[in-house]
Amino acid sequence: MGSPLRREDVAYVAKLARLTLSDAELDMFTEQLGQVLAHAEDMGALNLENVVATAHPFGLINVVRDDIVRPSLEREVVLAMAPDARDGRFAVPRIMGEAP
Amino acid sequence: MKSAAQIAREVQSGATSASVELEASLAAVRARNEELNVFLHVDEEGARAAASRIDDRVARGETVGPLAGVPIAIKDNLCQAGIPTTCSSRILEGWRPPYNATVIDRLVEAGAVPVGKTNLDEFAMGSSTENSAFGPTRNPLDITRVPGGSSGGSAAAVAADMTPIALGSDTGGSIRQPAALCGLVGVKPSYGLVSRYGLIAFASSLDQIGPLSKTVLDSAILLEVIAGHDPMDSTSLPEPSPSLVAHVDDGVAGKRVALVRELVEGADPDVVASVERATVALKDAGATIIELSIPEFRLGLSAYYLIAPAEASSNLARFDGVRYGLRVDADDVTAMMEATRTAGFGAEVKRRIMLGTYALSAGYFDAYYGQALKVRTQMIDAFHRAYQQADLLIGATAPSVAFEFGAKTSNPMAMYLSDVFTIPTNLAGEAAVSVPFGTGEAGLPIGVQLLGPGRSEAQLLAAARVLEIADGRP
Repeated sequence: MGSPLRREDVAYVAKLARLTLSDAELDMFTEQLGQVLAHAEDMGALNLENVVATAHPFGLINVVRDDIVRPSLEREVVLAMAPDARDGRFAVPRIMGEAP
Repeated sequence: MKSAAQIAREVQSGATSASVELEASLAAVRARNEELNVFLHVDEEGARAAASRIDDRVARGETVGPLAGVPIAIKDNLCQAGIPTTCSSRILEGWRPPYNATVIDRLVEAGAVPVGKTNLDEFAMGSSTENSAFGPTRNPLDITRVPGGSSGGSAAAVAADMTPIALGSDTGGSIRQPAALCGLVGVKPSYGLVSRYGLIAFASSLDQIGPLSKTVLDSAILLEVIAGHDPMDSTSLPEPSPSLVAHVDDGVAGKRVALVRELVEGADPDVVASVERATVALKDAGATIIELSIPEFRLGLSAYYLIAPAEASSNLARFDGVRYGLRVDADDVTAMMEATRTAGFGAEVKRRIMLGTYALSAGYFDAYYGQALKVRTQMIDAFHRAYQQADLLIGATAPSVAFEFGAKTSNPMAMYLSDVFTIPTNLAGEAAVSVPFGTGEAGLPIGVQLLGPGRSEAQLLAAARVLEIADGRP
């Protein structure tokens, strides 16, 4: 399979997953995730070229229902759960940078 | 404590009342919850109201359902409207869902009385309940040891006689392994048998909700109540709930049972001895015993610890501080999400999110995730071949009896190995039951696992009942 997991691989993956790691955590996770991936090497040795992948035990099929209108959650109820909501919407900190 | 079957019978006949049974349950919770850390939230008010409604209906001469007045513990990854639901994570602390999981609605319809929400490994990721943000749960049978996990709180609630039955969820063994470690019956139903609507997702192609109880009959009653098609879950099987209670005493005469070498390999000698004695008990009850080797089972752990984290990394992306739960403020939205997730998730959840993100990332997808999905196909094929020779498979549920706190926390791989015998069933979407059979080290219970094809729950429960009787619990 792949080459051994490096510290920079873990830092990159943490960034993708939106997690901040301390230096000590980076060391710990590099070692621990490396052990799990090393265990997975037993699969890498198999020749599975002609095996079909299974993502789901029953092979999902599209399930459709009749298009019947029914009540959903009230907007106020949903927004009441949010850390911040304004004018009937979820509110978040600034998304775009300042104009140049 | 009375069984669920007995409580329901007596509530319906008027020999006891739902309110009396609930107060007994609440007293048991008060007596030991501080010591054991079983319930994260006890809904005394809601439970008392539910119990009075049952008692009023009985007084009016109505028929109140198969779980009439039965107190039940709910794993805290199941949504119950208005009741705090945390997944044992800081990221959901204080959140109250606006709707019920389908299983909660079905319980209430059947007359059950939900008492409260039980502790778990954060987002159901773990095998000891030590990964909870709210502290570990202790095993009621020996408080120096873990109850198993991730449904450790639900198992402890039943083992400590706080409630006769509980709901758990099983992604890689999270019902069966704590059942084994706490001396209980636990069922991982066929994928799709029980609606997942309102179960906070960990790995959607593997998760199933199922029962924990002291007796096989109680698990049969509870599973029959919660099973059956639900239009709110598109992966729910199309048929109504199967008949399970009526078949509990069907026995195993004429059944072919295969002892699977890979399902005892590496287990402690006392565990292996229990499994061997269980096969003898099934033979004495009229089953034919064969031995099988299914080498594909050895690859289950590797495939699972790529597939489950891959699905988790996607499912847990929704916890970003925008719509519910924790928010840690920061200057811009990306920094806010990163600060929130960093503060809100514990180490094991971060480990699995990163493992899954890595397995799905460009350049590694085929080598890790893709290969794991092919191993999954091989696992399913291997089960199918085994079921041409046998009706049921038998093996151990867990490699050892309940272990001590801290024994596996520093080494994730050692903890993951707790699930080595339970994982194949989840990967294949099939059914399995853990039933207590004999004791091992320090007099602690041992769980024997019975595995069957999809929709074989009636047959599995009947076999478990044979073992229950043979183990001295008629």
